[in-house]
Amino acid sequence: MVDIGGRITLGEGSALLRSTIKDLLAEGRNKIVLNLGDVNYIDSSGIGELVTAFTTVKKTGGDLKLLNLTKKVHDLLQLTKLFTVFDVYTDENVVIRSFQQV
Amino acid sequence: MAPDTKHLEVTLDTHVESVNLAEEMCLRVAESAGFGEDDCYRIGMSVREGVINAFHYGNQEKPDKKIHLAVDITNDKMTIHVLDEGKGFDLSHVPDPLAQENLLSTSGRGIFLMRAFMDEFNVVPGRTGGAEIIMSKKLPGATPVPEAQGGQNATPQQGN
Repeated sequence: MVDIGGRITLGEGSALLRSTIKDLLAEGRNKIVLNLGDVNYIDSSGIGELVTAFTTVKKTGGDLKLLNLTKKVHDLLQLTKLFTVFDVYTDENVVIRSFQQV
Repeated sequence: MAPDTKHLEVTLDTHVESVNLAEEMCLRVAESAGFGEDDCYRIGMSVREGVINAFHYGNQEKPDKKIHLAVDITNDKMTIHVLDEGKGFDLSHVPDPLAQENLLSTSGRGIFLMRAFMDEFNVVPGRTGGAEIIMSKKLPGATPVPEAQGGQNATPQQGN
């Protein structure tokens, strides 16, 4: 479970997400939940970073899921038709169980 | 320029921080023009995407190039111009980010978002030789802008 807060935008926010995913994968941890409950803003670079994270994790045989989307992030993912690409959850227990059901 | 037009113009460095600066500046202008929270968010996001496009695609992140940002407030709308010093840009060549084959692309959503969030959107050849994004949002209470205003003009290039 990775808790992310603030803005995922071009620059520091995107770079931090990128390095976090890279570090987790280097440790062999490829079942990842991004808790975006405190992310109040994301731009196209941030969306691109989420997509990159998703495809990179998938290539390792793992999965990346999203938890607690704020309204702005939710609406943007819907607008860009990515809402149906990602597995999105509102309950931490449910998303954790979802990994065990595979 | 009409006498009742307010005009603000800045020249930004081709630097990541210019994106934040441009967003903040235009948000202050939008707030002072009377836009509500939702419209300010859309305007701010659109400015971010326009400047990101200029920074990354237009100016190729070259620090010797500049990004020219201008904002006009008239009686009925706020218009934002973002001009880069690149080579120009053909909107018709920008892939559709909603197409199935592009959904998992890591880039290419900026123009889509600007079109979605602003009432008018266009790209024209700029005085620098680069691309000039022109986008506007009608002021609260102004009469609606006719539809189908976006992106029909094209100059050669890529996109965000």
